[in-house]
Amino acid sequence: MTVIDAARAVTSRSRLDPALVASTIAAVLFLAAAAVPGVLAPYPPTALALDSALEAPSLAHPFGTDQIGRDLLSRVVFGTRESLLIGFGAAGIALVAAIVLGSLAALGGRIVSAVVGRLIEVVFAFPILLLALLLVSILGPSAWTQVVAVGVSTAPGYARMVRGQILSAKNAGYVEAARALGHGPWRILRNHVLPNAIRPLVAVFAMALGQSIVWASGLSFLGLGVAPPSSEWGALLDAGRAFILQAPWLTFIPGLIIVVFALAATTIGTRIQRSLEKGE
Amino acid sequence: MTIVELQQETDARRASAALTVRNLWVGFARDGRTRDVVKGVSFALEPGRCVAIVGESGSGKSVTARTLAGLTGQGAHVHADEIALGDRDLAALGEREWRGIRGRRIGFIQQDALVSLDPLRPVGREIEEALRLHGWRSRSARRRKAIDLLDAVGVPEPARRATQRPHELSGGLRQRALIASAIALDPEVVIADEPTTALDVTVQAQVLAQLEATKARGTSILLISHDLSVVAQIADEILVMSGGEIVEQGPAREVLGSPQHPYTQRLIDAVPGSRTRGERLAPQDRATPNLHLPRPESVGRDDVVLEVRDVSKRFAGALAVDGVSFTLRRGETLGIVGESGSGKSTTARIALALETADEGDVRLLGTAWSGAAERDRRALRPRIGVVYQDPLSSFDPRWSVGRILADAIPAHAGLARAEREQRVIDLLAQVALPAETRVRLPLRLSGGQRQRVAIARALATSPDVIVLDEAVSALDVSVQAQILDLLADLQDEYGLSYLFISHDLGVIHHVSDRVLVMTGGRIVEEGDADRIFRTPEHPYTRELIGALPTPV
Repeated sequence: MTVIDAARAVTSRSRLDPALVASTIAAVLFLAAAAVPGVLAPYPPTALALDSALEAPSLAHPFGTDQIGRDLLSRVVFGTRESLLIGFGAAGIALVAAIVLGSLAALGGRIVSAVVGRLIEVVFAFPILLLALLLVSILGPSAWTQVVAVGVSTAPGYARMVRGQILSAKNAGYVEAARALGHGPWRILRNHVLPNAIRPLVAVFAMALGQSIVWASGLSFLGLGVAPPSSEWGALLDAGRAFILQAPWLTFIPGLIIVVFALAATTIGTRIQRSLEKGE
Repeated sequence: MTIVELQQETDARRASAALTVRNLWVGFARDGRTRDVVKGVSFALEPGRCVAIVGESGSGKSVTARTLAGLTGQGAHVHADEIALGDRDLAALGEREWRGIRGRRIGFIQQDALVSLDPLRPVGREIEEALRLHGWRSRSARRRKAIDLLDAVGVPEPARRATQRPHELSGGLRQRALIASAIALDPEVVIADEPTTALDVTVQAQVLAQLEATKARGTSILLISHDLSVVAQIADEILVMSGGEIVEQGPAREVLGSPQHPYTQRLIDAVPGSRTRGERLAPQDRATPNLHLPRPESVGRDDVVLEVRDVSKRFAGALAVDGVSFTLRRGETLGIVGESGSGKSTTARIALALETADEGDVRLLGTAWSGAAERDRRALRPRIGVVYQDPLSSFDPRWSVGRILADAIPAHAGLARAEREQRVIDLLAQVALPAETRVRLPLRLSGGQRQRVAIARALATSPDVIVLDEAVSALDVSVQAQILDLLADLQDEYGLSYLFISHDLGVIHHVSDRVLVMTGGRIVEEGDADRIFRTPEHPYTRELIGALPTPV
């Protein structure tokens, strides 16, 4: 087994990983679009051209145009910043909540850990979309509620992960070695348990980012997020729906962009995780 | 005898060799270059004989074994002038053809039976499967044969054991079940890769007896081992491998009795045991300069540093440690020897106050230890250090060696940053590691280097006592020799007291002033090391020492 694995590891290491290369290129493009949309977009996002409405993708309009002749590529590029902000915000809320709740569940006293642990599990039992819908309907649709709703709904899954990480770090050999050196519990927590439990979350954050954008787009698509004329990807998806028979690219292309983003984020996340596991 | 007759006899002997290997090379491609790990190995294995390949990690012995079982894997380049099983050429076989050979004509026994047996399949079924694949049609015949085989390899109650899954069996029984499945089809050759490593010495003796019985039935055995004493037990011929090459080859008695190659000599000298007591094992001179690290204030040579009185500990109702008492004096090495489950490691953890005893009392340096609150114990913890079998898991994976050592230096030493850095370098020098080691991650170090770092960490607190829990058990014999020498030097230098826990009788005899023999949680015999090994009194001690393979 070891010999075979070693041989496989050797062959895979010497080659450049095409999935990772593609994901990195995609991520760079997305970040560029978010930072300087004017440079990448061929037209202003709101430039009307009623004579060229609902045009199929062409050289002049690579992603086609919408019902009032706006260039879809430009709208996607200008929507990137809002989509990413919502994604980062939601993933950030999810992970901060997860670290707080997960740490309490793993490190709290008997009562605290039982209460927090149950809370995490009860919330975890609700489907993510249902929970997000519930929160939006309480808070009213807006970009901010979208961020909060997605963040809170996805937090319990990550909180369980954090709790597990902390519990396993607590039982690690290096924690016992630190105890044997006479180090106190706070010092061990600060030096060993928390850093080792939280480090894998770097990878989780990348994956959470992809997931958040998918959920946030879902809310927008249902009309519960950012409203038109915003060109946030989910909103584009929603706007295109009315023309799905005449102009399928209006729905299809924003959907594809969301998929590509989620895929790239997840791929990068898993690679980070793998290299962390190998200790690199 | 005519020339023709002579020629015929040579041919006959050649044809009679069960396994012939001539000029075997195995390489693995890496970064576009091929790195050879086996370089021109040749030998002939005759029917009913045992050839052993001995070497340390990285010597290429296991790759040789796997190649001869057709398990080299992808990315390997195998080249040989000849690999023949009887008159069958194996050099150019494809995987499909190998499947017909492996099991039927070549049996393969791996080191760890737990990973090579299917966890969901009863061991009897595992053997039946081998029989079925090679044409045993009748189910009841297969079942009978499987039980017979388990019986033949010394598994008690074979009918019941056949229905159990691997995790329900002890390590020794698992290993025997694996031997049973390897010999199920009566192969001409059995390749055994470290078959007794990780087994207790009494169990090892039983497994070796089974291999010997297999050999007596006419099966040829290719034994791969790092352990010279195991090899001495059953090998007829020994190949010593180092760096992919055979450095010495000959009849077992000659290779072990009067080794010609310096590497073989070093390997044999490095084996600790009765004859090496008080001597250095590795050829190097004392490598550790006296760096005047802070010494623990000594109160005289005879004072008791650790006192354990009537300690007992139960896990889930079962007694793991049962009324254990001993004392450790300054500058002394107390060896605790026992097999797995004897309670020796739990005793060590109780001595370290990492486990609380249910009953009994431990005193460290004359003060309450086991009974004290953890908060009070913390101040005393730097005085008792520990080195584990697996140092890697005892290091924070994110930390460099330098940070690990700096973190271990007690705050009350009151060192400034630069002094701390210098102390880290001194500690590394003390365990004969270069100062550059401090920027490296433990993961990137060799096993011996990691263990040196672990020892340096234990020294960082200027302890009086160091508990060494199987601290050299995972190391190659030459590295083990260096570490044992280092420990002896440090003991001389700093008057350290060692509580040395090991399953290895040779190591225990080498290092210990006094020895405790543990089994079933109790100390059954206690005394001067030489006395225990020369004239063991308790039946269990006698069994243990009797099970020891004949010393090299």
